[in-house]
This record gives sequence, structure tokens and C-alpha cells, in this order.
Amino acid sequence: MHCDLNSFYASVEILYRPELKELPVAVCGEIEQRHGIVLAKNILAKRAGIITGEAVWQARQKCPPLVVLSPSYGLYLRFSKMAREIYSRHTPYIESFGIDECWLDVTCAVKSVPGGANQIAQDILNSIRKELGITVSVGVSWNKVFAKLGSDLKKPDAVTVITKDDFRRLVWPLPAKDLLYVGRATWRRLQDAGICTIGGIANAPLSTLRSMLGKWGETLHMFANGMDASPVMPKDWEEEVKGVGNSITTPRDICSEADAKQVFYALAESVAERMRKKGFLGTTLQIWVRDTQLGSFTRQCVLQRPTCLASEMASCAMDLFRRHWSRGRPLRSLGLCMSGLYAAGDGRQLSLFPLAEDKAEALERSIDVIRQRFGHAAIKRALMLGDTALSPNPDKEDSIHGVAFMR
Amino acid sequence: MVREYLRVMAVFHEDGSILPVSFKLPDGRGFAVQRVSDRRPAPSLKAGGQGMRYTCTVLGKRIYLFLDENKWFMEMP
Repeated sequence: MHCDLNSFYASVEILYRPELKELPVAVCGEIEQRHGIVLAKNILAKRAGIITGEAVWQARQKCPPLVVLSPSYGLYLRFSKMAREIYSRHTPYIESFGIDECWLDVTCAVKSVPGGANQIAQDILNSIRKELGITVSVGVSWNKVFAKLGSDLKKPDAVTVITKDDFRRLVWPLPAKDLLYVGRATWRRLQDAGICTIGGIANAPLSTLRSMLGKWGETLHMFANGMDASPVMPKDWEEEVKGVGNSITTPRDICSEADAKQVFYALAESVAERMRKKGFLGTTLQIWVRDTQLGSFTRQCVLQRPTCLASEMASCAMDLFRRHWSRGRPLRSLGLCMSGLYAAGDGRQLSLFPLAEDKAEALERSIDVIRQRFGHAAIKRALMLGDTALSPNPDKEDSIHGVAFMR
Repeated sequence: MVREYLRVMAVFHEDGSILPVSFKLPDGRGFAVQRVSDRRPAPSLKAGGQGMRYTCTVLGKRIYLFLDENKWFMEMP
């Protein structure tokens, strides 16, 4: 089954401020930090046409009485954890899909509950409402894709069951864009080919889908026919880490090389710290650059030796940046990602002149220890003293990261 | 109804459970908790918020005390 906490951020906020219950409410990123987009909204705001992801000023234009709230990520993480604790009363197989969604495999639990999966879903629904004061919608099916689709069908506080007998009646008439992994571009292509419903995908010849969408065509065909066989992973399962990265939209434009250097060092420090914590070394460095017109590019290079050092990453990132940035074009966001990872204990090619690098590593590890004991701000590079707005620590404890279905 | 955060005296038991013993209102009046009859996670439907809800008897009346992570609150008119 798939459990989706309804309008999660907005529901938690309204739970703590019941006076807003009858008003349209949207939780939005900080405008001052230039993260001013709608992150979540309640039903009244949805009815007013507010869309998740649109700019705050657009939302205000559509709905002038809209109440705009700043996000309290720590609180959302706490509620998400409490919801998962409720799920864990029924099964150890709980796979998170973002902060507010989870898949649960209740195959074993179903045998001991008289009402089956439907009853388990009802129990979860009631527990979430009674204990947390928010609502969840649950989709029950034999595969993850239809379970997710089911949880979107009836909202809020509802259970939808999709069985092998009725999926053609319930799922196939739905627009193709409702299917997992049919994004805007795929939806357009499908429409161009006259395929408008999930049933249309299910019944289209495989060769047509393949020629139109490549191997995704085959995947979507399988999804639409309920043939997704991916398992729900247990809750202590950790996926293999393929890259460690951070990106940031700065509160003001990045206009000079010096600005970019400061941001890249802040990002590299955060990435390097996380890599050392997990015991990784990386060989490939990628930078991501977005300008104020929202045009972006990525560039990558292979490092001479695997590293977990912020200083090496930042200087490499700056080399790449200098080569590819059209001088003078103001920038809005920068990102840095390390891939080609392997465990530090696996052995690595040593440099002929190891002394300087070993010293640098020992220095950065000492900084990690100081920060662990006294906080991130206890020690910093002189470079970071420039404009403090350009060097926040992006690796905050309450960071919430996106998750992909295909991994 | 509003959420009034309070100063609460509580006992931490060996098994990790916490039980309120007495509390002080913002106006300075103190009250002893005579009995705790129930303890469960619940939202406050009247004042908003959520936490571990303790059903307490105080001066013969039933009231709820909520432990919201590490702060105690009560529903006040």
C-alpha cells in the first residue's frame, strides 16, 4: 500500500495554528533567501488555483487573502517520523518516498487481520488522524505504481483499493499524466501520438511506445498493465550512494569570481564533510551553474587522485567555473557534486609526494572534530568572512532531500 | 482556546515514562496532579498542537496536559 500525508506541510502548520483552518494557506520558501515558491498548500488554497512550485507573487495574485507561512522543517521531520512509527506497527517493510509518502508491504500482516489490507489501511488512517491530528490517503494494490495512483484518487482521509479485477475500470480511464514517470514532456509526446489515458498506454503496441520514448516506453507499458514488480524495501535499507552533492540558491546574485569562490568553498566543505563521515573518496567532480534567467549548465572533470578534501574540490570547481562561465553574467545558484565514489578503506593509488595531501586531510579531519564538538560556526575559512549571505552551511540537520522511484 | 505553555514538575520513571506531578499557571497559581488516568499521543483539537496527551485529575476535574516534544502545554480558555 502507499500512504500519502495530505497537504503535509500545510496540515502540520494548521494543526499548530487552528485559527487558519478556514483560510487559504500556503507554506512557501523564504522570499529573502530567494526560495520563494509554494511548497505546499491546503485545500482552500488549492481551490483558489494555487499550484505547488509557483512563485509566491503569482500565488498572491491568484488569491489575495492567501496566508503565506515559512516552513518549519524540524516539525515536519518529527511528524514524518511519528507517521512511520504508526506504519511500523503493521510491517517492517516501509520505504520512504520523500518526507510525506511511504510504501508499505503488508503481505505478511494481511494473513492475520480479518479485514485484510483494507482493514490495515483503515487502522492506519484512524491512527494518523487520532494521534497526529492530520490526515492520510492510502492506496492499496498488488504493486507499488497502482498503490501510489490509488492514494491520489481519493483525498483526504480515504482508502482506495485497486485489485487485479478492477484496475482496468479504475485506472485505465485516468489521464496518462497521472501515471508515475509521465512528466510534462512525455505527456506531450503521448498526446501527440493520440494516447491520452493510462489504458491508452497499456494497450498501445510496445513497438510504438519504444520508438516514441525509448526504453521508458517499455517501462510505462509495464506500469500501465500493473506489471511493476519492484519490492518495498525494509525501513533500515540504505541505497547505494552514487554521488554526494549540494547546491544552493544564494540570497543575492553571484556577480564575480570572488563570490563564486566563496560559494564553491562553502559547498565543497559541506560535501567533503559528508563524504568523510560516510568514509568515501570521489574521483569525478561536477559543477552546476544557474543564471538569473534560470538557464543552467553542468560541467565535470576527473580528478588526478581520489579525494575527500574540500580544498581540492573547491579549487577544481573554480578551474571548471573559470573556463566555462561567461564573465559578467550574474548567477543565482551553484552546485557541486562528487561521484565515482568508493570506500576510503578499499585502498587507493598513493601520490609520489604524499606529505602535503596527508597534512591537508589531517587538517580537514581536525576541523570536522572541532565542528562536531562546538558547532559548524566554531571554525571557518577567512574566505567565509566576506559576505556571510554567500556561505551558509547547506548541510543542515533538517535538510529534506528528494527521492526518485527509479534508483 | 489557546495553547498555554507551562512549568511542570514531572517524574521520570526507570522505564523511561514521564508522569506530571504538579504544574504552575502563568498567573503563579500552582496545582497538584491527583491522578493520571490515560497517556497517549494526540492532537489538541481545541488549542492546536500535538504531543503526548496526559489525562489528569486536578481538584477533582479532568484536564489534559500535553507534552509537545520537550514543552508542556494546556488548553486554556
